Amino acid sequence: MAVLETTNLTIRFGGLTAVSKFNIALEEGELVGLIGPNGAGKTTAFNMLTGVYQPSEGTIAFCDAPLCSATKALQPFQITRRGIARTFQNIRLFKELSVLDNVKIAYHQNVKYGLLPAFLHTAQYQTEEVEIEEKALEFLKIFSLDTKKAEKAKNLPYGEQRRLEIARALATNPKLLLLDEPAAGMNPQETQQLMELINFIRKQFSLTILLIEHDMALVMGVCERIYVLDYGKIIAHGTPAEIRRNPKVIEAYLGEEVAHA
Amino acid sequence: MAKRFSAILQLVLLLAVGYAIQMAMDAELINRYYAHVMTIMAIFVVGAVSLNLINGICGQFSLGHAGFMAVGAYTAAIITKNPDLILPAIFTGNIRFILATLLGGMMAALVGFMVGLPSLRLRGDYLAIVTLGFGEIIRILLLNWDFVGGASGYFGLARHTNFFAAFLLSIITITIIRNFIQSSHGRACISIREDEIAAETMGVPTTRYKVIAFVIASFFAGTAGSMMAHLTQMVTPASFTFILSIELLLMVVLGGLGSISGSIGAAIFLTYAAEALRAFRAYRMILYSLLLIFIMLFRPKGLLGNQELSLSLLRESFKNLRARWRRKKKDGITAAAE
Repeated sequence: MAVLETTNLTIRFGGLTAVSKFNIALEEGELVGLIGPNGAGKTTAFNMLTGVYQPSEGTIAFCDAPLCSATKALQPFQITRRGIARTFQNIRLFKELSVLDNVKIAYHQNVKYGLLPAFLHTAQYQTEEVEIEEKALEFLKIFSLDTKKAEKAKNLPYGEQRRLEIARALATNPKLLLLDEPAAGMNPQETQQLMELINFIRKQFSLTILLIEHDMALVMGVCERIYVLDYGKIIAHGTPAEIRRNPKVIEAYLGEEVAHA
Repeated sequence: MAKRFSAILQLVLLLAVGYAIQMAMDAELINRYYAHVMTIMAIFVVGAVSLNLINGICGQFSLGHAGFMAVGAYTAAIITKNPDLILPAIFTGNIRFILATLLGGMMAALVGFMVGLPSLRLRGDYLAIVTLGFGEIIRILLLNWDFVGGASGYFGLARHTNFFAAFLLSIITITIIRNFIQSSHGRACISIREDEIAAETMGVPTTRYKVIAFVIASFFAGTAGSMMAHLTQMVTPASFTFILSIELLLMVVLGGLGSISGSIGAAIFLTYAAEALRAFRAYRMILYSLLLIFIMLFRPKGLLGNQELSLSLLRESFKNLRARWRRKKKDGITAAAE
């Protein structure tokens, strides 16, 4: 069963067609890469998948249910509740909040108590809040961030901020995780750790993952299939080995270096 | 359970203190003038804390809080002055006043909902523009509504507000808004302030929470308006101008956007300052602007930032101060040795 399937997804900003006829299909449990030169439309595609942008044409189906079609489009928060989570290219943590609170917000969608219990701090509020706190702490432990739970998110080192963002996205309990350049700004050693982390969470949470990345070592190392985007169009798609050999890809993006590698 | 018990105990103690102050006022142990100023302080605490929910906690920018106070004040005034209008005549005296205050708050909340729903769907500064316009529209409507006296105002209200009533309202406001902030719903509002797009992708329906915060704040602004009306025993459109919105905004910014205790402190301090500087009343707006400029230059997050004043915060800053002083002393000694 396809977890995510898009047909002819197109978005135009005025006269500019940023992404056109974007067709991808992800099977359950796959780890797929999306690569392409700067400005190819990778993040725009992510923004359409998560409802931040409304596509001009085309449809998105998630687990065989439409997220976006000609007649209706879900809001980003509704898409999150269906089970798609994402991280951002330029980290978007809740900077002034503690590490723990950053994760707690992901559990907001499960909160059952209404406004009145919130105003009065009733027993229902107490039990649910305790539950949220326990779940959030457990999560931080998995990502070994529990020792920094009270720290403000903005005070974490860069690598940990990236990790916290992934933790926060996973706390929404997604089926599909979209990672937007998770290795940006990391050194090779940190990238290595990240690769291990991605492989770990994929098994632990039985996730399907779509990954945007510029770090070829990472993409070629972990992805099973790769889509290549250039000027808003998919120009190639296949296994890492196929992509490495594809002349169109080499011309558009990879350049000499990887071709010889 | 113990936590809950101590919270209730704290509330009871606070109310007892408030009531004791009221008794002292009734016995004229406290000068009438001070009693009046203290009551106004409590009302402004309600106004500032509720505005902080929109501007500080939720990160939206409202400039129309005076408008919501006006809606509450006039609604409540109409109810208490006309014994058989809106509420049946069986409710009299203070009961009628309490119900009128609640209805005033609800009316303000309803208006807040109608203003907020279209404008809060948009990101950016639209809310500031809409609420600024809304405040003026309300004022001009009241100016031209003869039933409530037009420009000369609505006179002859009974004096229902005393210090304890205003104090009680401020305690209720603070408790409810603080509890709200600590809840998951409040965290959703804070996440909107921190990063709206991220909040949305974490499953927070951002528009809904912006409207909820706006409506709650409007409700309390309305009740504060009713308190004010029944303290001064009249309402005029001139008491709810743009200047009042700015005064409330100044309290929120001075105390620290997002800090409830900051807003409380700033409301008390600025009300006192306004009274102390009554002789220079004409220059008030100049002082306010200077104060705002100085805050923006030297303390852009307000006096307390988004922290809450607490014993542990005091202890922490005391420790920091002492450490800094020690370091200085040590540096001085080494410098002298060299």
